[in-house]
Amino acid sequence: MILSQLVAGVSVGSILLLAAVGLALTFGQMGVINMAHGEFIMVGAYTAYVVQSVLGHAGISLLVAIPTAFLVGGLLGVLLEQLLIRHMYHRPLDTLLATFGVGIILQQLARDVFGAPAVDVRTPSWLQGSVEILGTAVPTSRIFILGLVVAVVAGLSLLMTHTALGRRIRAVVLNRNLAETSGISTRSTDRLTFFIGSGLAGVAGVTITLIGSTSPTLGTSYIVDAFLVVVAGGIGRIKGAVIAAFSLGILQAFIEVGTTASIAKFLVLVIVVAFLQIRPQGLFSVRTRSLA
Amino acid sequence: MTALSIRDLRVRFGAFTAVGGVSFDAADDEVHFLIGPNGAGKTTCVDAITGLVRGSGSVTMGGTELLGRSVQATARRGVGRTFQTASVFEQLTVVQNLDIAAGLHRRWPALLGMRRSVEPRVEQALRDTGLTELQDAAAGTLSHGQKQWLEIGMLLVQDAQALMLDEPVAGMSHDERVATGELLHRVKRGRAVVVVEHDMEFMRTFASRVTVLHQGQVLSQGSVTEVQEDPRVQEVYLGTAAQPEEELVHA
Amino acid sequence: MSITATGGTSRPTPDAAPRTPQRASASARGTGRTLPTGKALPTGKALLAGLRRLTGGPEVPGPRHAMIGLGLLALGLLVLAPMLLTDFRLNQLGRFICYAIVAVGIGLAWGRGGMLTLGQGVFFGLGAYAMAMHMQLADAELQGLAAPQFMLTFGADVPWWWEPFRSGLFTVAAILLLPAVVAVVLGLSVFTRRVKGAYFAILNQAMVFAFAVLLVGQQATLNGSNGLSGFQSFLGFSLYDPANRRAIYLLAAAVLILLVAIAWWMMRSRFGELLVATRDAEERVRFLGYNPALIKTAAFATAAVMASIGGALFVPLVGIISPAEIGVVPSIAFVIGVAIGGRATLFGPVIGALAVAWAESSLAETFPSGWSYLQGLLLVLVIAILPGGVASILTRFRPRDGGPGSDHPHDSGQPDLRDLPDQPDQPGHSDRADHPTQPDLTVQEGDRP
Repeated sequence: MILSQLVAGVSVGSILLLAAVGLALTFGQMGVINMAHGEFIMVGAYTAYVVQSVLGHAGISLLVAIPTAFLVGGLLGVLLEQLLIRHMYHRPLDTLLATFGVGIILQQLARDVFGAPAVDVRTPSWLQGSVEILGTAVPTSRIFILGLVVAVVAGLSLLMTHTALGRRIRAVVLNRNLAETSGISTRSTDRLTFFIGSGLAGVAGVTITLIGSTSPTLGTSYIVDAFLVVVAGGIGRIKGAVIAAFSLGILQAFIEVGTTASIAKFLVLVIVVAFLQIRPQGLFSVRTRSLA
Repeated sequence: MTALSIRDLRVRFGAFTAVGGVSFDAADDEVHFLIGPNGAGKTTCVDAITGLVRGSGSVTMGGTELLGRSVQATARRGVGRTFQTASVFEQLTVVQNLDIAAGLHRRWPALLGMRRSVEPRVEQALRDTGLTELQDAAAGTLSHGQKQWLEIGMLLVQDAQALMLDEPVAGMSHDERVATGELLHRVKRGRAVVVVEHDMEFMRTFASRVTVLHQGQVLSQGSVTEVQEDPRVQEVYLGTAAQPEEELVHA
Repeated sequence: MSITATGGTSRPTPDAAPRTPQRASASARGTGRTLPTGKALPTGKALLAGLRRLTGGPEVPGPRHAMIGLGLLALGLLVLAPMLLTDFRLNQLGRFICYAIVAVGIGLAWGRGGMLTLGQGVFFGLGAYAMAMHMQLADAELQGLAAPQFMLTFGADVPWWWEPFRSGLFTVAAILLLPAVVAVVLGLSVFTRRVKGAYFAILNQAMVFAFAVLLVGQQATLNGSNGLSGFQSFLGFSLYDPANRRAIYLLAAAVLILLVAIAWWMMRSRFGELLVATRDAEERVRFLGYNPALIKTAAFATAAVMASIGGALFVPLVGIISPAEIGVVPSIAFVIGVAIGGRATLFGPVIGALAVAWAESSLAETFPSGWSYLQGLLLVLVIAILPGGVASILTRFRPRDGGPGSDHPHDSGQPDLRDLPDQPDQPGHSDRADHPTQPDLTVQEGDRP
C-alpha cells in the first residue's frame, strides 16, 4: 500500500520534473519567466503526433519524435528569445505577461491546425503492459519516462559541470558583466540556454503523449506545477528541482489515499505555498537573501 | 552629549568578519567622519546600526538598544540614513518624497487623507536643502547632487537624531561638495551626523571628529589633525592607495 | 547666490544662507515642467491635454479632472447606454462592467503597487460563489424546495456552511470580508517574507489554480465544474423581468463608478503616494520607518475586495458562475485589459477592461478564433512596446519635462530586476549585504574618491 503509493508518486514526480527541468534552465538560470513554456510542451506533444502520422510505426516514430521535438521546441524557444524576451530582460513581470500572450497564440494555432478535440498518439508495443515492482503493477511507459528523466537530468548536470558551455552558462548567471568582460558572448550563451531549456519542454511533450491524450490546452495544466517545482526547489538549482518534483509527486500520491485527486492537488499547492513562507528561497539556494 | 554610542560592534558574513569589534561615539552637534580604505567595513557598520544586517555588540541611542530591531523600528527610533547611490522615489515629486519621510510623525489614519498643503516641517527642509523651487519636480529629474540633498532633506523631515550618510558627495562637483558640507554643518545642531567618506579633502574641511577603520577594526580616532598625524593611519594609506596617502601627507 | 563665493575650504558659518548651486538649473527645469494650460494652446492640443489629464498618466488626476472623468463615465454607463442599447447588449455591458470592477483593483495593486495579481480569480470566485449560494438558497425557498435543484439531483442535503448564506446580510458581509481576510493573511505572510515580483505572481497563479481545482472537486456541494446557475430571482425580484435586469445593470454601473472614485481617493491620498514609493523602492521605505508589507497588504486586500464585488455582481447579471470563469486563464484575462488600458492610471484599467471585453465578445460572434490571436498579439505588443498602456500614448505628447520620468519606464509598476535573485543593487542595499557568502565582493567597498 505504502509502496504502491510511493511508486505512483515517483511516476507523477518524473513527469513533473520533465516539465520543470527546462524551466529550471530558463527561469532558474536566466531568470526569464516564460509562460509559453507550457505551450512548448504542447508543441512537443503535437510533434510526436505528426511524426507518428508520417512514419506510422509507433516504436520508430517515438524514437524519432524525441530528438525532433527537442529541435522544434528549441528553435521555437530561440525564436521567442530573439524576437521578444531579449528586449525585456530587465522587466521580468512584463516578460511573464508577454510570453503568456505568445502562449495564447500558440494554443489557438494548435486549435486551428489540429482541432480542439484531443488527439491520441499510439504507444509502441514495447511500452505497453506493465512490470511488477514491489508488488505493484507499474506501466512500462512510466518506467520509460522515469528512465528518460534520469537520462535528461544526468545529461544536463554533466553539461553544466563538465563542458565549456556549462561553465559559460554558470559564469553568465553568476555575473553577467564580468562574464562579458572576460570575453564570453552573453548573447549566444542566452540563446543556447534558451534552446536547451525549450528543447527539453518539447521532449517533455513527447513523453506526455505516452500517458494521456494531446490537446491544445495541454500546456496550461503543466505550467503552474512546473513553476512551483522550480520555485520550491530553489532558483538556479537543478538538484532542487529534482527533489522538489519527486517530493510533490509522492506527497500528491499519499494525500490522494485519504481524499480525492482534486483535494490532494489543492493540499499539495497549499503545502508548497506554506513551505515557501518558511523558506522563500526554496530548498537550495546559493544566495540566502535572493528574495530579499 | 553622546547621541549614538557604538560598542564592540561585530558583523560576520559566514566565515568572513566584516566588522570585528568597532566602538565609537557620535556626539550631538558634531559631524563625525568614518573613513578607511576599501573593505574597511564602513558601510557595513552603518548597515548594522540601521538594522539592515545583523550585528552583535551594542548600539545605543539615548539609552535605548538599537541592535536587533528591524530597519523600520530603528528608523522610528530616530536613526536615518542615505545611500551611496541616491535612492529617492523617482516617480514622485520632491514634496511628495519629503512628505512621505514626514509620515513617521503621523498616525496611520492620516494615510487616508490627502496632502493638501506643504507641512511646515517639509517647507523647512526644502529651504535647508535649497530645493524649494524644485518642489514639484519629479525626483527622477533631479541631478545627482540634488538627489543627495533631497535625501538629506528627507532625514531632516524624519527628524532623525542620528544621520548616517553613506558617501554623500561621491560624484559631486567641487561646488556641490562644499554646499553639502555646509548643509551638514547647518543640520548638525541637536543631532549626530555620521558620514562615511572617501574624499579626504571633504573630510579635512568638514569633519568634527574622525574614526578610521581598517579591516573591520578601529585604527585611529580623534580630530582631523590627530588622525592625520597617526603613523598607523599613514601606514595603512601608504600600503593601499596612492591618492589618499598623498592627500594625507600634503595636508 | 553662487557657491563659489564661499571658497573651497572655508568653514561654514551656522547662519549662512542656503547656498546650493542648483538655482540656475532649477529655473530651467521649472519652466520645462510647466504644463501648458488649455487656453494657451490650439484646440486640438487643448483636447489632448485634457485627455491626458483625465487618463492622468502616472500622475493621479486632480479633483476637477477626476470629477469630469467620473461624470463622463456616469453619463456613458448610467444614461447613454441604457438609452441606446438593447436589453441584450445592456446586459452584456453589465458583464463587462464586472470585469472593469476587478480591473480597478488590479490597477491599484499592480499599477500603483507593483504586485502582479495573477490570482484575482480567487477573489472574484469568492464573491461570486457567496452571491450564487445565497441566490440558490433564496430560489429554493421561493419554490418550496428543501435544497437547491442540483443538490436534490445528487440527493444531497444543504451542507452546514451553506446555511448562513440564507441571510442576505451575511452574504454581503461575506462578499466584502472573506476576500479581505484571505488577502490579508496571504499578503502579510508573503510580503513579510519579502516574496515579491515574479514569485508573488507565480504563487498567486498557483493559488487560483488550486482554488479552481478545489471547486471542480466539490460536486455535491457546489456542482463541480458545471458551477451554479439557473437563478430565478435576485433579492426577491424576478430575473426574467427586463426592468429588474436593467436595475441590476444600473446597480453594477453605479458600483463601478463608486469604486473608481474610491480608487481615485486612495491613489491621491498619502497612502497612494506611499504605495508608489513602496513599488519603486521598497527597501527605502523601510528606512523611513514604514513597514512595506503592511502597505502592500492593504492595497492587495483592497484589490481583492473589489474583485469579490465584481464577482458578486457577475452572478445576477450573467446567471452562472463556474470554475471555468475563475481559473488561471480568466485570471490573466483580468490583467490583460488593465495592461492595455494603462496599469498605473485611474481610468486606464476601466476603459481597457471594457474595451477588451467588448472586442472579445464582438469578435467572438463573427470570427471566433480571431479573438485569441488578437488577444495574444495585443498582449505581446502592448507589454513589449507600450508598457504604460494605451494611456501612455497620450502622455507621450506631453512637452518633455525632461529626465527619466517622462517616458515612465517605471510606471509599469515594475520594480524591474529588483525582484529577481541576481540583482545586486537594490536600493538601500549595499553590495556586501546582498552577497554575504562572497567576501571578495565585500572588500569592494564603495567607489574611489
